[in-house]
Amino acid sequence: MIFCFAETVPLVLSGSMALPSLGWSDSLIIGLYFLFVLGIGYYLSKFTKTGEDFFLAGRKMTAWVAGLAFLSANLGSLELMGWAASAYEYGILATQWYWVGAIPAMLFLAIVMMPFYYISKTHSVPGYLKLRYGESTSMLSAVSFAFMTVLMSGVNMFAMALVMKVILGWSIDFSIWVSSITVMIYVVLGGLLSAIFNEVLQFMLIWLGALVIPVLGLVETGGWTGLVARIHQNFPAGNYTHLWSTLGSFQANPMGINWIGIIFAQGFVLSFGYWATDFLVVQRLLSAKDLRSAKMAPIIGASFKMFVPFIVILPGLIGLAVMPGLVGQAQANTTGAYSYNEVLPLMLARYAGPGLLGLGVTALIAGFMSGMAGNVTAFSTVWTYDIYRPIRVRLAKKERSDKYYLKMGRWSTIIGVFISIGTAYLVMQFASIMDYVQALFSFFIAPLFGTVILGMLWKRTTAAGGFWGLLAGTVSSIGMYVWTKIDPASLRIIALSKYAKPMADDMYRGLWCWIITVIVTIVVSYMTEPKTEAELNGLVRGCTVLPSEGDLPVWKRPIFWAVIVFIVLVALNIAFW
Amino acid sequence: MVRAERISVWFFIGLLLLMYGIIIAAQNVYDAVHPVSHTGVVLGYLHFGIWWGILLIVIGSVYSVIFRPHKTS
Repeated sequence: MIFCFAETVPLVLSGSMALPSLGWSDSLIIGLYFLFVLGIGYYLSKFTKTGEDFFLAGRKMTAWVAGLAFLSANLGSLELMGWAASAYEYGILATQWYWVGAIPAMLFLAIVMMPFYYISKTHSVPGYLKLRYGESTSMLSAVSFAFMTVLMSGVNMFAMALVMKVILGWSIDFSIWVSSITVMIYVVLGGLLSAIFNEVLQFMLIWLGALVIPVLGLVETGGWTGLVARIHQNFPAGNYTHLWSTLGSFQANPMGINWIGIIFAQGFVLSFGYWATDFLVVQRLLSAKDLRSAKMAPIIGASFKMFVPFIVILPGLIGLAVMPGLVGQAQANTTGAYSYNEVLPLMLARYAGPGLLGLGVTALIAGFMSGMAGNVTAFSTVWTYDIYRPIRVRLAKKERSDKYYLKMGRWSTIIGVFISIGTAYLVMQFASIMDYVQALFSFFIAPLFGTVILGMLWKRTTAAGGFWGLLAGTVSSIGMYVWTKIDPASLRIIALSKYAKPMADDMYRGLWCWIITVIVTIVVSYMTEPKTEAELNGLVRGCTVLPSEGDLPVWKRPIFWAVIVFIVLVALNIAFW
Repeated sequence: MVRAERISVWFFIGLLLLMYGIIIAAQNVYDAVHPVSHTGVVLGYLHFGIWWGILLIVIGSVYSVIFRPHKTS
């Protein structure tokens, strides 16, 4: 998840490692991948004729395709490498971000929120806010989202290029330009349809490329039992293999967080904010062919998300067992030792022979490109429909044709990619920008969730309440961030413990600013006039007649599968307690 | 009138996995027959690449056949 990148992304690698040189088969595998993604973009360009084709993939995707694209847009290479590193640093506790920190939110999105996104026929999350609250709230959300998305894309691009430089010896310029121009070409040609097709392809490659490590790692360590025994042998004082039993207090676990932070801040506010209101992922669901598919898609995504720790967290744990002694980045920079930020590529080098190495590297490239395509498609949609279009209509006093906005979508994709490239080079010059951009992104997510959820579930919420609540939440989040930067001791006040660590700062800041958003929205709403129930039809629970699923057999209903996924989630948490 | 439908994404996936499987299996069979003294890969004696290549060939073949493009009238 985005919120923890600041702590875990391998922003500066030690430069001490390099994979074995690529053979002909590895190069051929990487080359074929680029050929395929470009070929898919070219092929799909003939199916992209209207704005709905370009921005919403024609709303024809099946639940499986939309669900896997939904997950793939989140499964970037920095996510893979960052969380493998976190698993080495914090142990199995990092799994919290995949289970309680993701699955309940995805199921909630599917069952409670998706009907309103889908029935309202909105093209974006700011588009929903426009229908529910009006243009001010929508514009505030759209501008912040577009700005942050394109900057984040550049930050990720630079970090990925740095990884490729260290691991493969590729120049940073080559990595940035080749990868981003490839993404730009296939998105400009086929829009969201092309992005989604490639995301599903990338999803398969990420799994099949990354699975090599846990499979061979478990063979080497003698299965899960052997793995745990070796970790305990290497780190007798550490507690790396329990998910919940160390969360009773801040000082009992290496992450410096407690169960309240994990459940209420990460598991509720931040996770729900990201999965249910970040348009980058929600856009994939809006492409579904009908409401049932739109509801099933996040459930399918959740069922795969539950097992992502197998390819992300397990390599970090295997590293603890077979490669003890990796150090933090600061120590690695001064001593030249390997950093745990490099644990995933180190594991790849350990187990992947010829061919498999190319597949593993392709998985990392695929992860980067799926994340970037997610950013640029979301950016071009929000820019075209939620920023440019209302301003243009207001100034010119007339609407333009669908073809015009299709052309605008293609141009904004190109411009978005070039801004991202510019950001990547800016970050190269001023590394500290990266931390600020990542922090900036987190300012908007938690308040936005407060605004959207109140708008969907409480008909009394007013336009003024939504706007001022969102603004107050965002400003308070920025205020708390600045406060902890100026006075690090303030963390004990924000996180309610003197033992809290920076990871707890992100979580509790999100929790507080969400609470502020909700309180301000409620207070201002009671002071202002609400819309009528007729105006809220299709937008708010209680004012909308939702399509019945009563005619479907039980096993075809989304709620049935959501319950199954939830039961598996509970079982996994108990098993690794 | 005969028209071409949009090819399924699963067909593209199948085709790519099939090609990857063939490349990985071929490379690893060659390496098994002509072993190099030191590859640095742990568990190299298992020839995991051959098995993984075969797995990719099987998955790729199934997807390529089931989701192959066809004309409809």
